[in-house]
Amino acid sequence: MIHVKNLYKSFNSHKVLEDISFRVDTGESIVIIGPSGCGKSVLLKHLIGLIKPDKGEVIVDDIGIHDLSERELLPVRRKFGMLFQNAALFDSMTVAENVGFVFHHEGTMQKTDIDLKITEALKMVGLEGNENKKPAELSGGMRKRVGLARAIIYRPEIILYDEPTTGLDPIVADSIDKLILHIRNELKVTTVVVTHDMRSARRLGNRLILLHNGTIHKTGKPEEFFESTDSVVHSFVNGISSTQN
Amino acid sequence: MNAGTNIRIRAALQGLGSLFILASEAVRSIFSKNFNWRSFIAQLHQIGVASQSVVIVTGAFTGMVLCAQTFYQFHKVKMDTATLAVVSVSMCSELGPVLTALMVAGRVGASMAAELGTMRVTEQIDALRTLAAHPIDYLVSPRLAATIVAMPLLTAESIAIGIGAGYTVGVALLGIDPVYSWNNMIKYTEISDLATGIIKCLIFGAIIALVSTYKGMNCRHGAEGVGQATTEAVVTSSITILIANFFLTLFITRLLQII
Repeated sequence: MIHVKNLYKSFNSHKVLEDISFRVDTGESIVIIGPSGCGKSVLLKHLIGLIKPDKGEVIVDDIGIHDLSERELLPVRRKFGMLFQNAALFDSMTVAENVGFVFHHEGTMQKTDIDLKITEALKMVGLEGNENKKPAELSGGMRKRVGLARAIIYRPEIILYDEPTTGLDPIVADSIDKLILHIRNELKVTTVVVTHDMRSARRLGNRLILLHNGTIHKTGKPEEFFESTDSVVHSFVNGISSTQN
Repeated sequence: MNAGTNIRIRAALQGLGSLFILASEAVRSIFSKNFNWRSFIAQLHQIGVASQSVVIVTGAFTGMVLCAQTFYQFHKVKMDTATLAVVSVSMCSELGPVLTALMVAGRVGASMAAELGTMRVTEQIDALRTLAAHPIDYLVSPRLAATIVAMPLLTAESIAIGIGAGYTVGVALLGIDPVYSWNNMIKYTEISDLATGIIKCLIFGAIIALVSTYKGMNCRHGAEGVGQATTEAVVTSSITILIANFFLTLFITRLLQII
């Protein structure tokens, strides 16, 4: 369970998040939506302790991670897997080294066992047989799948997705959405997705949170958003700009 | 004092504070069970073995030009056979460590800052953190330890090659008496000269690794940010080495006198 309480964050004098409060229950699938630059990714990074809040609390399974040091956060982060917007694969490593990074880094597991885990994770994302490729040899969709395999190999309890379908063509985006749903159902994980793709949001979320001007504008089920008459929600959901060119 | 100057001073002090925190965490990490030996060996190869050609060329030509210049001055007062002693003492205590450090700062420091800077802007450092790997354990401490281990070896190599090249030029080209020159060199080069050079290069190694990893890990976003971090890593390391060299010379000489 993740509980965010009265979170504030500014960069220099620019206020990014103001008084954000919400909770994500175990097994729930939350999608945070909002226009580009509204602070969605910043909020997501707070959930795993990559960014410290100026004020407020982030509680993960009764542990307040907002005031933990980087070293104290390491064991808490093993509860999480995260897929970054551009996959953030280690470009000096092969696909197999990327996916098995956690186990290689810990150094407590036999190489044969690690290889089995890597094969299993790559099979789950449909990329078996690509173990020896370098990230530069992969397409955008494949990179995201490798990033996902790296995030799920150690069976985290919570998976965070930062814009999982951004920059992908509609067919690849659809396959990534299906993969996220498959992983959610297969591994029974809590899922938090940040996106501005409403089609993805509708498919992936049990509950949506709309960020607007650094605050939570609306929380609710996907259908409530599509039926809403609120101007901000309606504009965002239907992709209507407030200015005319 | 205007507001702009205040901001710059505050930013400089914050940077210095962050660098000291990075240094203390990296040193602690080296002596902890989290130290990454595999990365350390890879960095040792990258810093030590891959810097060979640069260090050999720098050492050889510095030794040769120093020998020639010293000879032309000493020849006027009939002190030809003291030439090699001057080359030896200079290479051991000053030129060997400083020039090796400047070359390593240019080659290795730039590479460290660019690599870590690129990792930062492509979120690879954040990815490391989400995979429960501490960036200091994985990225900084192996580079710091490898630079500190490699620098004395590279400096000793540079000194030996510089003296050898100076001897060759002096004897073969300038006609200095080989026996008297060699004897004078042995007589006037003391262990303390070599010790001064080795102590200095250990500190220079730490400066290069810490400044370069700090600049890389704190670079601004985009290609421009990586470029700027790389430039700043080389310039800051080089200037810090030159300034530190002066104070280290005074400090180590006094220390060795006391011992």
